[in-house]
Amino acid sequence: MEGDIVQMGAYIGAGLACTGMGGAAVGIGHVVGNYISGALRNPSAAASQTATMFIGIAFAEALGIFSFLVALLLMFAV
Amino acid sequence: MASEEAPSGLQIHPMDQFVVKPLFGGDTIYWYTPTNVTLWMALAVLCVVLLLVIGTRGRAIVPSRIQSVAELAYGFVYKMVEDVSGKDGLKYFPYIMTLFIFIVFANFLGLIPTSFATTSHIAVTATMAMAVFLAITILGIVKHGVGFLSIFWISAAPLALRPVLALIEVISYFVRPVSHSIRLAGNMMAGHAVIKVFAGFAGVLGVGAVAPVAAIASIYALETLVAFIQAYVFAILTCVYLRDALHPHH
Repeated sequence: MEGDIVQMGAYIGAGLACTGMGGAAVGIGHVVGNYISGALRNPSAAASQTATMFIGIAFAEALGIFSFLVALLLMFAV
Repeated sequence: MASEEAPSGLQIHPMDQFVVKPLFGGDTIYWYTPTNVTLWMALAVLCVVLLLVIGTRGRAIVPSRIQSVAELAYGFVYKMVEDVSGKDGLKYFPYIMTLFIFIVFANFLGLIPTSFATTSHIAVTATMAMAVFLAITILGIVKHGVGFLSIFWISAAPLALRPVLALIEVISYFVRPVSHSIRLAGNMMAGHAVIKVFAGFAGVLGVGAVAPVAAIASIYALETLVAFIQAYVFAILTCVYLRDALHPHH
């Protein structure tokens, strides 16, 4: 019986970890939105900053990945 | 659990496509057993050879179509390494080109229906990410010796903040291979699983299956974009790490 409660907690925790996706979504949207608004103000400088935008996306996404990692650990490791 | 349902019910097995199976029958997998992962990785290497070795064999001044694609890919990665890592990073261009072109082909081959997405396995991407991490750490230590540790000591920050920032920098440095590998594997796995889930809906809806099939088509288009962008992100992060190793002083 106790094992069942632990498993339930792990599943609920894994589901809650998915809310981390929202944070990553906000971060990525912020990065790209600011890139676009900057690019529309100064289109000639936009092309040189695409790589920077992708690096920013990658770093924002990393935090979302950690919530995915927590969900994976709860599902399969705990 | 889902396998206990009646065959007519909603059956969704989004993870079944990622099962590693031996190619020629049998159950046990040894380290030398040819599996579907080995097959599709070998096919990715074959595609790279076809594009970059066979495709450019002519060495034509006016390139053929295949040769111009190869030249485009070469120039794209070369410019990326030069922009992000600087001129002295160009010495390591072959490694980044290898990573990028292999991941691109592995991702695109994984998108072919009924094929196998090798990059959706953390074992595959973690190997590449650990190789990058070790190579860059060793490179930094060989180039700068103890001075490489200044990567953690941000001299631009106020003195009181530096120990705290150093702690954060150390953590973020050692988390790099984790995020580097799971970013690629997670994106590929999630995309393929979503397509399978929608395919499961299509199976029970009858005529209404038009809606999930249309959704699959649009997700597939998105996944084609993601397949390229994730390879690009993997390569560009390698360039960023390389720049840190070559110039550790902030």
